[in-house]
Amino acid sequence: MGVEVAVQGLTKSFNGQPVWSDISLTLPAGEISVLLGPSGTGKSVFLKTLVGLLRPDRGSIVIEGLDLPRLSERALYEVRKLFGVLFQDGALFGSMTIYDNVAFPLREHTRKTEAEIRAVVTEKLDMVGLVGAERKLPGEISGGMRKRAGLARALVLDPRIVLFDEPDSGLDPVRTAYLNQLIIDLNQRTEATFLIVTHDINTARTVPDNIGLIYHGHLAMFGPREMLLSSTEPVVRQFLNAQRIGPIGMAEEKDAEELAAEAQAGVELPPLPPIPPQLPPSDGRPRRAERPPGQWCREHGVTPPPGSFTGAEWSGQRDHQAGPVGTGGGPR
Amino acid sequence: MSAPVTAVRRSGEFFAFCLDALRGLGRRPVQVREFVQQAWFISSVSILPAALVSIPFGAVIALQLGSLVRQLGAQSFTGAASVLAVVREAGPIVTALIIAGAGGSAICADLGSRKIREELDAMQVLGIDPIQRLVVPRVLASMLVAVLLNGLVSVVGVSGGYAFNVVMQGGTPGAYLASFQALGQLPDLLVGEVKALLFGAAAALVASYKGMTAKGGPKGVGDAVNQSVVITFMLLFALNFLVTAVYFQVVPQKGS
Ligand SMILES: Nc1ncnc2c1ncn2[C@@H]1O[C@H](COP(=O)(O)OP(=O)(O)OP(=O)(O)O)[C@@H](O)[C@H]1O
Ligand SMILES: [Mg+2]
Repeated sequence: MGVEVAVQGLTKSFNGQPVWSDISLTLPAGEISVLLGPSGTGKSVFLKTLVGLLRPDRGSIVIEGLDLPRLSERALYEVRKLFGVLFQDGALFGSMTIYDNVAFPLREHTRKTEAEIRAVVTEKLDMVGLVGAERKLPGEISGGMRKRAGLARALVLDPRIVLFDEPDSGLDPVRTAYLNQLIIDLNQRTEATFLIVTHDINTARTVPDNIGLIYHGHLAMFGPREMLLSSTEPVVRQFLNAQRIGPIGMAEEKDAEELAAEAQAGVELPPLPPIPPQLPPSDGRPRRAERPPGQWCREHGVTPPPGSFTGAEWSGQRDHQAGPVGTGGGPR
Repeated sequence: MSAPVTAVRRSGEFFAFCLDALRGLGRRPVQVREFVQQAWFISSVSILPAALVSIPFGAVIALQLGSLVRQLGAQSFTGAASVLAVVREAGPIVTALIIAGAGGSAICADLGSRKIREELDAMQVLGIDPIQRLVVPRVLASMLVAVLLNGLVSVVGVSGGYAFNVVMQGGTPGAYLASFQALGQLPDLLVGEVKALLFGAAAALVASYKGMTAKGGPKGVGDAVNQSVVITFMLLFALNFLVTAVYFQVVPQKGS
């Protein structure tokens, strides 16, 4: 079962330079949440703060009644056993083979025999499509493969909270689709709490139960997927629809002049695209955290953009299982 | 932040780091494999340079002392003087330089690149303390190798000095050995080994600390290695002075 993560008033700065301040959000137990934000807004820093690798200046992170920033190092090591983390670059141990990397947590923390370890490691490697690459060193495989190996290692101890730092960057579109399906299926099976940092708009729109957006040092919005996808808040709307028109510029923020000029020119905001249906688990049975499409909109009296939840916009994304490339079709 | 404040803070952090390492020493499970690997690695990079440095070092000491002692008219003590100089001072110093230069720089580069590749973060997230898992075995390995290396350097240095004195300066083997008997004692050897032990620990601690706090990409690792070698050298010479001063206060010297 998943664990709830309650973040309250979190603030972090480096050498007096604030990265973000006053972030409050709750990752609901067992649900998938996505965290978005322009490059350099501190998403990776946020993940590292959640696992206690960085200490926040202020604020609390409560997990199972424990406030992480106030724990001693020893106690932190205990709490961290709840977590599985996929780092942005995989963070594999460079001196160990892929197999040993994935086996490492089992060898350190369990009393399993080598045969039992082999079974678990092979299962996880098969899941991420890396069977056949066991004997390679991290330096000898591609970035996307390193990432998948990092994922296998993060999942090997059956964590109850899984943090993914850009699982899909550096992956090809087919593998990204498989990875998204894998995330959904994993969530269905383990019911762990997931937090995914991503830049992939398709992932953000179709995978999560909740979406959050960090912008300009603050949490612009955090809530159910339908709430953000139907939001007309300028920043949220611009980011979730990958548009140039809006408050976000190339260098973080457009200045007032530019915005005024944009308003003067009378640039029409394009209409909100329809909300796509959420990616279903591959066996067809619902996830525990899943909510019926359109429920949030109905409950809050929001009319979703026309064409929502019909899947019209995303039809090409859903029948990929018929394709010839399996996740297991890696470097065999 | 002003420079002195930063310096004081760094020293404080380093001290805290050393305490953490000390605490990690008592924690299970003991990392035997890592220790053996590291001991093997450090000795493989340091034995040859140590032997090669200690021969000329022993010879230079013999040469210097040989002429000095002759000027003073105390030829019969050449042996004692050069053996004591090698065993008490030169041996540990050569060991320290080699351990810091060859072993320490390798440790720092290794931990530094693990740091910037986020391997250390990943390890912490997997619930493993890098200090206990990586630093403690390195410090222990470095101490062990330093002690062994000091033995090697002393033997090679003394033989070098002996050969030089007897063969080239026309000293007699009997006088060389007898004078050593007259002035040398067991604590001389022990203090050399104690020094080597301390130097080994200090070199590995500084290298590990610098490596684990490296930041700013590959260039940061290079800077960290550079600083760690310089800092270790300064620290070792200061330590050497302290130990020597204490030694002469505590251990009564023969013939004085
Ligand atoms: N250890 C650190 N010391 C000082 N500054 C840091 C440190 N780590 C991150 N920063 C700074 O914090 C800011 C946020 O970095 P972070 O890596 O979290 O961005 P991000 O949102 O993950 O970006 P991206 O999407 O490109 O991965 C950056 O400006 C970075 O320079
Ligand atoms: Mg990042």
